[in-house]
Amino acid sequence: MDFLNAIVALANYVLIPGIAYGSQLALGALGVTLVYGILRFSNFAHGDTMALGAMATVLMTWLFQSWGLSLGPLPTALLALPFGILFAIGLLLFTDRTVYKFYRVKKAKPVILVIVSLGITFIYNGVTRFIIGADDQNFFDGERFIISAREFKTATGLDEGLSFKTTQGITIITAIIVVALLFWFLNRTRAGKSMRAYSDNEDLALLSGINPERVVMITWMIVATLATIAGVLYGLDKSFKPFTYFQLLLPIFASAIVGGLGNPIGAIAGGFVIAFSEVTITYAWKKILVYLMPESLEPNGLVQLLSTDYKFAVSFVILLIVLLFKPTGLFKGQSV
Amino acid sequence: MVHSEEHMIVVDDLHKHFGGFHAVDGASLTIDRGSITGLIGPNGAGKTTLFNVIAGVLKPTSGSVYMDGENITGVPPHDLFHKGLLRTFQIAHEFHSMSCRENLMMVPGGQSGETLWNTWFGRKRIADEERALKAKADEVLEFLTIEHLSDQKAGQISGGQKKLLELGRTMMVDAKIVFLDEVGAGVNRTLLNTIGDAIIRLNQERGYTFVVIEHDMDFIGRLCDPVICMAEGRVLAEGTLAEIKANEQVIEAYLGTGLKNKDQVGA
Repeated sequence: MDFLNAIVALANYVLIPGIAYGSQLALGALGVTLVYGILRFSNFAHGDTMALGAMATVLMTWLFQSWGLSLGPLPTALLALPFGILFAIGLLLFTDRTVYKFYRVKKAKPVILVIVSLGITFIYNGVTRFIIGADDQNFFDGERFIISAREFKTATGLDEGLSFKTTQGITIITAIIVVALLFWFLNRTRAGKSMRAYSDNEDLALLSGINPERVVMITWMIVATLATIAGVLYGLDKSFKPFTYFQLLLPIFASAIVGGLGNPIGAIAGGFVIAFSEVTITYAWKKILVYLMPESLEPNGLVQLLSTDYKFAVSFVILLIVLLFKPTGLFKGQSV
Repeated sequence: MVHSEEHMIVVDDLHKHFGGFHAVDGASLTIDRGSITGLIGPNGAGKTTLFNVIAGVLKPTSGSVYMDGENITGVPPHDLFHKGLLRTFQIAHEFHSMSCRENLMMVPGGQSGETLWNTWFGRKRIADEERALKAKADEVLEFLTIEHLSDQKAGQISGGQKKLLELGRTMMVDAKIVFLDEVGAGVNRTLLNTIGDAIIRLNQERGYTFVVIEHDMDFIGRLCDPVICMAEGRVLAEGTLAEIKANEQVIEAYLGTGLKNKDQVGA
């Protein structure tokens, strides 16, 4: 019985949150890695692209809610998501046309584009807070839990409850669908192959029948879609607060780099590595150990390796360790 | 410079300076339609830079390039590609994460699968196109005798095989003129002969015009007429290989006195 309780506690506090958070990081890291692979710079504005896309979705959600539209048990945000994505696509294409293109045509060095993207970050960040404010915004509605802790306890008779939030379920399912679609697109369609070709060897791609501007445009459209979905899922799961997306940039970049920059599979793996490191290192293991250990060995402290305040440090320690042993990331990326 | 029917490419007083270094320094030359022109010269003579300028990779400091009478100076590479001007690289380029067949299938432009709309709503048309492309790619791989590599990742094949694959890329579209940058470098004799055969066949059967940078004089002798010799960014001499070999200036700058004094040394 204690053993079952321990497993349930592990699932409840580590596995499910880790998988949900990992999916969010993976979606974010995919966007970063695509920009790096194809446009060849680290896009610092990605976090705030997520914020803006999510903001547009939040505003649409509120509009739908005021009209009384809803998806029943599912959050209305899912209905608003396509509009958020369209907004983000428009925004990124506009930014590309007005800013990035100028530097691309001049063949500016990647470091210049990185700084340019940092400037874009601050603009996006300002716009988001100007429109929706800097505070927490709640836009979640619908059924809160797929399985609630109390139901679980009465159904199983265990002491430990297992709760599985609707947002976590949506996050995981959406991530699976999006990733499957993305890989189908990159590996099976001509447009996707053009993107990979451009990423493999830009010089050669330019000397083929590949239209570079179209590759760039499609890349931004996909990146906008991924960013908005990741941003909305994160916002649904936690809450929408503009500044958290800027902070999310750190674990997202850590994920992309740990997995190997420019490599989509790496971005996904990296997302989960970082998410689980953060969750396991900042989780207080006392509860699980109490179930598993004989009474005399039960810990007095919380058995929490690091306080949650340090969770961003965890990503960077993992990043350093991986890069020491594999400089191109876990899956071969384009070198860092 | 006057344009005439038989001139495919006309390069007029071309300069390309990198800071104070004059990589191409007033080069003027013409490439005849249907020829296989050899471009030789010592290392650093500006041959590859000239290629890069003609192919639109680099913008010239001054001077012009004409193709079929049309000024193509500074036209970007992918537009030149659509005009039928193709090139290969000194160090073979490939899409390393794709199979050899996919590498070839990437070459032709303007496919309906390129747009997002058709990716979702034009699947039948794309499938037809892909089938035709695949057949063509297989045909090319067979022509180059590397059909056993069709499904191998291009990043994993040997350097010489990559050179063949590069040549194969030019066969996927109806090229008018192909610039080959040291196709023979790092390639063994047998493979070099295969490449030579392929070039001659493409020239005769499909009417491709070739410009070949090469250091292997046997290879040049077998394929090329005329031969242009460059040194210090300029055209030094032009003529048949025999004429070039007899040219005092060329011997001085490139072939070296060893060739001239061969008889004496041998005696």
